[in-house]
Amino acid sequence: MLAFILRRLAGTVLVLLTVSVFVFGFVRLLPGDPARLVAGPDATAEDVAAVRAEMGLEGSIWRQYAHYLSQTLRGDFGRSAKTRQPVVAEIGARFMPTLWLTLIAMGWSTLFGLAVGVLSGVKRGRWQDQTAMVLAVSGVSFPSFWLGLLLIDLFSVRLGWLPTGGDESWRSFVLPSITLGAGVAAVLARFTRSAFVDVAAEDYVRTARAKGVPERGVIWKHALRNALIPVVTMIGLEFGFLLGGSIVVETVFAWPGLGRLLIDSVSFRDYPVIQAEILLFSTEFVLINLVVDVLYAVVNPEIRLR
Amino acid sequence: MSEAAIGTVRIRSPLGEFWRRFMRRRVALFAGVAILVLVLAAIFAPWIAPYDATTPDYGNVLSGPSFAHLAGTDVFGRDIFSRIIWGGRVSLTVGFVSVALGCAVGMALGVVSGFAGGFLDSLIMRFCDVLLAFPGILLAIAVVAVLGPGISNVVYAIAVFSMPVFARLVRGSTLALKETVYVQAARSIGVRALPLIVYHILPGTLPGVIVYLSLRIGTSILTAAALSFIGLGAQPPSPEWGAMLSDGRSYLGVADHLTVFPGLAIFVTVLAFNLLGDGLRDALDQKLR
Repeated sequence: MLAFILRRLAGTVLVLLTVSVFVFGFVRLLPGDPARLVAGPDATAEDVAAVRAEMGLEGSIWRQYAHYLSQTLRGDFGRSAKTRQPVVAEIGARFMPTLWLTLIAMGWSTLFGLAVGVLSGVKRGRWQDQTAMVLAVSGVSFPSFWLGLLLIDLFSVRLGWLPTGGDESWRSFVLPSITLGAGVAAVLARFTRSAFVDVAAEDYVRTARAKGVPERGVIWKHALRNALIPVVTMIGLEFGFLLGGSIVVETVFAWPGLGRLLIDSVSFRDYPVIQAEILLFSTEFVLINLVVDVLYAVVNPEIRLR
Repeated sequence: MSEAAIGTVRIRSPLGEFWRRFMRRRVALFAGVAILVLVLAAIFAPWIAPYDATTPDYGNVLSGPSFAHLAGTDVFGRDIFSRIIWGGRVSLTVGFVSVALGCAVGMALGVVSGFAGGFLDSLIMRFCDVLLAFPGILLAIAVVAVLGPGISNVVYAIAVFSMPVFARLVRGSTLALKETVYVQAARSIGVRALPLIVYHILPGTLPGVIVYLSLRIGTSILTAAALSFIGLGAQPPSPEWGAMLSDGRSYLGVADHLTVFPGLAIFVTVLAFNLLGDGLRDALDQKLR
């Protein structure tokens, strides 16, 4: 087990290093001189040179990368071109709102998605299954930004029950977390159902039935436990996609989180912030995948031995 | 056994068998017809759309749906129904072109990876891992941040994140196909690598690829609309569904037709591609039923 974790950890470090090369190369791929862009149109040659030094755009490409990597590892991402504040402070202020939103969305959508998926799997082919799966395929196809607008229209504009944006109280969380989680709930419901149906066709489920295990025991002990193994992986992947989805949903609800910071930075060409955010998002995603893989190995010994 | 009984045994080709199973799935068939209608509407937009998509009509702003304007008009008095038809051109083109691009590159990399194995295989697969290390929309935003906003850059952005999906899929089927008797046989009579890949392996990977094509086109249309919604995709006055939704945000509760119709257009189109993809997958894979 330890060997497996170490092997996966080494792979993760390798992927993260490559991601850092991509993010490092990102600013250098830009057309024009990024230092001049950041310094602004009225900057003198000295200003531009100072910005260039600050952004680590001097010297050979290898020295630049070494400089970038050592700064990144020490948590120094430079200063925002827009506010002149350290990027770490900018991101720090926006981190918690996004994390909370993502966790709440993940929580309700996992519970709901699993419950609907299992219900559909148990009642396969009946009306409960058919209704749930029609809703699920619609949920997968529904644009989250439109769902957000529809919810705002109904609950904020017409009924006046909930705020349209911001993160002042718990009431602000309701609409964004519903919007963000809906797609994930739909994906998980579909995935859980198909995992459940696959497992229900296995020989050991038939054996359990044949030896007289009550139906409740067959479903909970034999079918569900095994069906959940691939579902765990799926939940981890969906968590990563939620981080991406939050970018769109935060725009709809004027949420003061990382997603909106990224969009603002892209519009403003605030490259230090864009770089740091892309690195942060992909690091989170890669680490979540690592945790999921380890969990998967815990529940499924076959993987460990490979 | 009598002659007549033997005569009734029909052997269907795998393709015929697949087609027969697919035709039985009415929902998927309906989705396929819907996609055909959308594609035709996009192609013949200049003839079908009752109004021009970009010409303003300031005497007629924000009017609700009527017989003259089936889906009402927007802030500039432009006919929303016409803009949705023209917008279909944008969305469907982005969907088809980006996925075709990602699929072509992904298939090539996947088949080489699976066929060659060894170092090349590891290299290509690690590269795909890195691309998959970014949540899709984030990768698209990064590409747009480098190339600048605009719909053609969105196409490249989406192609980049569709590519690893196809590469992995095709690599998997290539590994399985490499061990089949017919490929082994072709090898043993001295068929060289390139014809072997083109004639014997690639056709075998197609069923899975076709399913993913349909599902990925739906995802791509959704992503492109999302990027336009946040202002990084299609730029005004281009009629794009996501951008139209974004324009209508300020008029929630005042003029809902501004957001309802473009939203519906995205939803129906993506739903059709997803249902078609589901139907194709079920017709190919009997295990799930």
